[in-house]
Amino acid sequence: MQRSPVTAPTLARLIDAFHRLPGIGPKSAQRLAYHILRAPRAEAEALAEALLEVKDRTQLCSVCQNITDADPCAVCSDPNRAADTICVVEEPLDIVAIERTGVHRGRYHVLHGAISPMDGVGPEDLKVRELLERLGDHTVQEVILATNPNLEGEATAGYLSRVIGAMGVRLTRIAHGLPVGADVEYADERTLREALTHRVRMDGDADGQTDGDGAT
Amino acid sequence: MPRTQPLRTEAIVLRQRPIGDADKVCVLLSPAHGRLEAVARGVRKTTSRLAGHVEALSRGSFQLAQGRSMHIVTQAQTLDAWPGLHDDIDRLSLAVGVAELIDRTAVAEVGSRALYELTRETLSRIADADNPAAAARWFRLRWLDQQGYQPELGDCVRCRAALEPEGNGLAALEGGVVCPDCHRAGAGAPLSSTAFRLLRYMRRSSFDLTAQVRLSPAAAAEVDRHLSALVEHALDGRLRSSSFARALEGAGRGARVTKETDHAAV
Repeated sequence: MQRSPVTAPTLARLIDAFHRLPGIGPKSAQRLAYHILRAPRAEAEALAEALLEVKDRTQLCSVCQNITDADPCAVCSDPNRAADTICVVEEPLDIVAIERTGVHRGRYHVLHGAISPMDGVGPEDLKVRELLERLGDHTVQEVILATNPNLEGEATAGYLSRVIGAMGVRLTRIAHGLPVGADVEYADERTLREALTHRVRMDGDADGQTDGDGAT
Repeated sequence: MPRTQPLRTEAIVLRQRPIGDADKVCVLLSPAHGRLEAVARGVRKTTSRLAGHVEALSRGSFQLAQGRSMHIVTQAQTLDAWPGLHDDIDRLSLAVGVAELIDRTAVAEVGSRALYELTRETLSRIADADNPAAAARWFRLRWLDQQGYQPELGDCVRCRAALEPEGNGLAALEGGVVCPDCHRAGAGAPLSSTAFRLLRYMRRSSFDLTAQVRLSPAAAAEVDRHLSALVEHALDGRLRSSSFARALEGAGRGARVTKETDHAAV
């Protein structure tokens, strides 16, 4: 980023550091840097400490590969979480989103990415080997694939279905369909097709069940 | 002069990459404008009305505005979602190979109706045809022809002797088949008579006829290997997606992923 010669070099360095963060443009970087400059020293120190601490103290959970301060992580060491169900996600932030629902009471596995054939990102670049090792002791009865419904997520789910399918573990994938608040009118063909194929029964006896025969 | 009117075009979405917090850059192949890059704003949010219409490996009708550095998708409507590609990992893998080749070679802002139609027909066949591998094979040979790398299948590329089916080699670097004498002298990789005949048949026949040819797995693999060598020579590099195809092959043929609803059907 080009810097005005009147900007102090130390300040310019901080602006550049902020600008390197994802989603931070040059103007935002300047605003953040000037905010730090004007803030009390304690605030700047707290930020600096937090930055260093997150680099020094966090690690990957040896079981689920999520980011944690203690190994194994809180979910993997919680005896109340079902050890026989693993939800496979692409990124640690996906766990945060799924936990907010309160529906999944099993454990997780973070792949740290998705297979991207056109970028040359393959299974060997993800935490797939660690997942297969977890399935080796036959504790796990079900693997839920919660990869994104895009090309990379589909490639990842397809690959995992190949390698896990032969292991005798029940393999499921999270449903695709219309998001809450969406308009059917604006839905794309594929989403509507998925939503219709996996529609939910609403008659009294079948509360919560789904009709997955694909026939309409 | 900068274009101020929105650009309306039909296009195939070859790939996407995330940009910013919620946006994606879509790489499009348009019949009239060639390879285009356009930002689709907010499509990583679940509330996006645009997201499903700009998904990779689909065909749609687009309206693009001229942005500062690239186009901006202002409207999109799916024309072909090709669900068959997304529901089957083998078909998806073949389609990704097609999309990568086009992404890496299509010229920006230079349209080619022939290339567009070849891509559209191929993705459609890979999605729905009984023999998707034949569609990918057919595409590679036709792509080579269109790009000016048509492999020589009539005469030896070295000594110009007329070729017979037996004992030949395929020399990707030299752009075609070499006769048994030149092959014995060290030119080209071995080319079986089945593979040679199929390449010739593919050259002169329609896809529908070619797709009816029953090949042994070994012969199919050989033809694919030779076509890959020719394509990679034309590309001057390897196709990154081919390593995924190999990984998939090595992963064994377990059960396909099942949807939860398959178990809970009432």
